Amino acid sequence: MEISGADLFLKALREEGVDTLFAYPGATAIDLFNVLYDADDIRLVLPRHEQALVHAADGYARSTGKVGVCLVTSGPGATNMVTGIATANFDSVPLVCFAGQVPLSLIGNDAFQEIDIVGITRNICKFAITVRDRKDLGRIIKEAFYIASSGKPGPVVIDVPKDIQVAMGSADYPETVNIRGYKPNEKVHRGQLKKAVEALNSAERPVFLLGGGVNIAHARREMTQLAELVNVPVVTTMMGKGAIPTNHPLYIGNLGIHGNYASNHAIADADLIFSIGCRFNDRITGKLSKFAVNTTIVHIDIDPASISRNIVVDIPIVGDAKNAINQMLEICQSRERTEWVERIQKWKEDYPIHMLKYSGVTPEKIMMSINRQFDDVILTTDVGQNQLWASQYCELDIHRQLITSGGLGTMGYGFPAAIGAQIGHLDRQVVSINGDGGFQMNMQELATAALLGLPITICVLNNGYLGNVRQWQQMFYGNRYSMTCLMRNENCPLQCSGPNEACPTQYVPDFLGVAKSYGVQALRVTEEAEIDDAIRMGKENRTGPTLIEFVIDREANVLPMVPPGEALDDMILE
Amino acid sequence: MAHTISVLVENKAGVLTRVTNIFSRRGYNIDSVASGTTHDPTVSRLTIITSIEEEKVKQVLKLLYKIPDVISAKHLTPSTYISRQLIFVKVSATAATRAEIGQIVDVFRGHIVDISPITLTIEISGDDTKLEAFQRMLEPYGILELVRTGLIAVERGEQQMQVASIEEN
Repeated sequence: MEISGADLFLKALREEGVDTLFAYPGATAIDLFNVLYDADDIRLVLPRHEQALVHAADGYARSTGKVGVCLVTSGPGATNMVTGIATANFDSVPLVCFAGQVPLSLIGNDAFQEIDIVGITRNICKFAITVRDRKDLGRIIKEAFYIASSGKPGPVVIDVPKDIQVAMGSADYPETVNIRGYKPNEKVHRGQLKKAVEALNSAERPVFLLGGGVNIAHARREMTQLAELVNVPVVTTMMGKGAIPTNHPLYIGNLGIHGNYASNHAIADADLIFSIGCRFNDRITGKLSKFAVNTTIVHIDIDPASISRNIVVDIPIVGDAKNAINQMLEICQSRERTEWVERIQKWKEDYPIHMLKYSGVTPEKIMMSINRQFDDVILTTDVGQNQLWASQYCELDIHRQLITSGGLGTMGYGFPAAIGAQIGHLDRQVVSINGDGGFQMNMQELATAALLGLPITICVLNNGYLGNVRQWQQMFYGNRYSMTCLMRNENCPLQCSGPNEACPTQYVPDFLGVAKSYGVQALRVTEEAEIDDAIRMGKENRTGPTLIEFVIDREANVLPMVPPGEALDDMILE
Repeated sequence: MAHTISVLVENKAGVLTRVTNIFSRRGYNIDSVASGTTHDPTVSRLTIITSIEEEKVKQVLKLLYKIPDVISAKHLTPSTYISRQLIFVKVSATAATRAEIGQIVDVFRGHIVDISPITLTIEISGDDTKLEAFQRMLEPYGILELVRTGLIAVERGEQQMQVASIEEN
């Protein structure tokens, strides 16, 4: 029996086990929506903007480990996905993004809502393809799910012309995939791994440097066992935080330009850096020529192109983090490294991270309250100071996960990602940390969260600034606050280097008023004493979202920090 | 130094763009690219000549392998392969100079493929050195057009680019 392309699309979703579809209708996707109308086994979520739609699918994918699936229409529907796709690509998030397309005969004719989405996304996704023949549709979808979720995961874009959706063809959906140019190598080279383990065994001052790859591979338990077995201290990138519990005695902290003193010094003083699933990105290396000079570096990564790109490594190993860690558990020897571990612990005690110089409602106190009140939580952050503070102060373990846009650094990510995470885990607690700038980039999603009754605790840290850029302007640009003040109005002078008596008193928008208009419970916190109660209210409200606006010090900075172009251990602490 | 990279790709729309973009994104100029189907009509072979540092070639190869439509990619080691390209040269030629030009073409083992009262069109293949020498010899007569195919290259001996065998996952 022959079925339509749209029916095969639905069959494919079912075969792939898709239970949730983030979808926004439009003219060229209408046939796909038409078959979904009768599908009561697939939950359809309608975000209010396609960018937020992809972020929501991304948050769903990161929190569940499943492939996030998106469906949008052609033209603007497709172009609105671009930032979301690039965000997912940078952080290796498996997505399959379907976009409607004008009929084949109109492609290339500048038809209404025609856009070359495959051309546009080619360089920001793992794979992109237009379906040009109904007989290829099943194979293409099958391959898309496989490519998205295997090897180094990433987004795949499928462009589906309207006539393919209605064309009749085979009802078969392939069971197997065979792409001759795509054979992800997840096995680990045993010989190389032995060499790496020998280097680890003989090192006096080794450090594990763990990136997002360990979390993506769901290797947190195994990694904790490994660190304990070999007694090697652990530093993480922001994406790697939580790879071992943050309260573990061997955990040092985040590394990099906003890493802590102990982590940056441990890396600078180590004789072996054993890195798993990180990219040696510029945010963690500081000045490249001063990074880990005379240090042996082992690098395990699923992506050969990530190895020896920024930093030339001594022992490269291509493979899946979990496989590598499991094999190491078999061949590593236990060894005491008391002196080295104690030295690092002392740094950690001598140079803790705090925000003591700021009074009232500080991000540190907000995060501490969240840490105290939630023992099972998915935290999402936006981008900027809120993200850096959250990643500095959040406590993570196997039950507490951090979701953040690390690679692309996409403002507007945090709240829609929380929506996706909550949809993936209706029984769990989801807390979203945002700044007042980024929250306004996807604030319209309050409608989505409110109508679905998603009990997200939305924290908006309001300092009235695009704080991270303002911090740079303050520290490195002589207080020239060029366009970073969100309270600025028509009466403000051209130049302004900080809050003063002449500042406007009214913040726009009134977040409580915005929340109210969406029927969302909201409260404003201006006093330290109110923090715990406010967060408790968010936690206890299980019928819908709670928005908490925290009015924080307008000029609080994220410290410590490595100035641009400096070495990692050259930090500004105060 | 110029490096020669051979790439086997799926013979599909858009694949060439994806391959060349790895170069253009990083500002690496492609000196020459030649593309055509192989004995297997589903597979195309690209020969890319690029003047970048050796380290960068290694990174390019890793990035090429990340493209699902790239089946195989190889950096050919100098002096282990043969390379040729074909050029057409349209040159001014009158009754007075035609014979002289014919002699030059013979020496270089080219062929005259078209003739008009005032022009000759010559087909000639060879490596870069030979083609440059030929071009210099013709310059005095007046080169009107010159078209290159781009270099193609193949390894000597039994070495061959492998199309990954079909394996079940």
